[in-house]
Amino acid sequence: MKTSRTAWKRSRRAGLAVVVLAVGLLAGSPAPAAGPATVGIKEFKFTPPMLTVPVGTTVTWTNRDEEPHTITSATGTFGSTGLSHEETFTQKFMRPGTYAYFCALHPHMKGTVIVR
Amino acid sequence: MDRIDRRGFLQCMAWTGSAVVWSAAGGVLSSRLVAPAAAADAPAGSFSFVQISDTHVGFKGQANSDATATLQQVIDRVNALPTRPAFVLHTGDQTHGQKAGAFDTVAELLKGVKTERIFYVPGEHDVFLDGGKEYLSRYGQGTVGSRGWQSFDYKGTHFVGLVNVLKYKGEGMGSLGEEQLEWLEKDVGALSGSTPIVVFSHVPLWAVYPQWGWTTEDAARALAYLRRFGSVTVLNGHIHQVVQKVEGNVAFHTAMSTAFPQPAPGSAPAPGPMKIPEAEARRMIGVTEVAYVPGKHPLAVVDSTLA
Repeated sequence: MKTSRTAWKRSRRAGLAVVVLAVGLLAGSPAPAAGPATVGIKEFKFTPPMLTVPVGTTVTWTNRDEEPHTITSATGTFGSTGLSHEETFTQKFMRPGTYAYFCALHPHMKGTVIVR
Repeated sequence: MDRIDRRGFLQCMAWTGSAVVWSAAGGVLSSRLVAPAAAADAPAGSFSFVQISDTHVGFKGQANSDATATLQQVIDRVNALPTRPAFVLHTGDQTHGQKAGAFDTVAELLKGVKTERIFYVPGEHDVFLDGGKEYLSRYGQGTVGSRGWQSFDYKGTHFVGLVNVLKYKGEGMGSLGEEQLEWLEKDVGALSGSTPIVVFSHVPLWAVYPQWGWTTEDAARALAYLRRFGSVTVLNGHIHQVVQKVEGNVAFHTAMSTAFPQPAPGSAPAPGPMKIPEAEARRMIGVTEVAYVPGKHPLAVVDSTLA
């Protein structure tokens, strides 16, 4: 009995993983996404700090901190204003390249979007 | 929700001192709580002033649902002081991330402070979006080159307000920059070593916790110009908590915020607003009063909390 319950739990977890993967694939349209096109900002960190996406992807940043943060391109090509708690910023990437960004209020917070 | 609000209200009613009043006495600042009981039989030549810091108007979080209301409570408290402060120093972060309209709200509220004058220095929250354009258009007038830094004398004490958030870079620490340092050297150069000095800026002028950017990269040079003075008091904000240090003749002091507390250095994964109940936070926000009494050392600095 014990063994079978564990097995059931495992299979359900596997099912969840499939759902998460499917959602990830949908979000990455038109081409299959290399990962979810979202970046969280929490405890003064961009997560994931490095995100790889296909050309044409719209990346969404959400600030989970009560401290404001910005998404500011290191080369000035894109940027947000100060994001309050739970505010989001989106940016569509149309050209391949490596896009470094940081938070203008906390310059030690750094992130990168790689577009392929 | 209702219960929490009422409790918060009662705590405010009981609040006896969330401003630090700095008193200069013979060149050393000391502070005491801004409490009605602090009424003093002030000797001639003595005066006091108040430091308000990190008002963060526009902030809304777990620790404080209304940073405007807590600022108003601090102002009411200052106005209830037995001795009217000669002036008020606002050590920056008036706004929470330059939230639209926040500068106006702060200006409007501070009109209600019963004092002669309010002096300002910017915090990084006041300048990061536009490089200080709006801040300097409001508060740059009369400062050195309209750049925000300044000095003035009051009853024999020399006050210096420094800007260390306009070259906020690298690891996110404060920076004064060459021009301001050169100005400071000249500004204090002609003064007698017995002149009491009070320096105020937003980011601490000493290494409170560099890992979180709680330091000013070129502060050592500024302090070198001040070392020969018998009494130097450095008043900062930024870190939303009271931390003090004495180094020779230099006394360092950071003030509480009027909006929300930040964690003690290294006690959390990151700085930022603590997520704690409002009632608890009110014991960690407040104001500073400083008193100066001639012939006495040092200036008295007293911090008091909202609850």
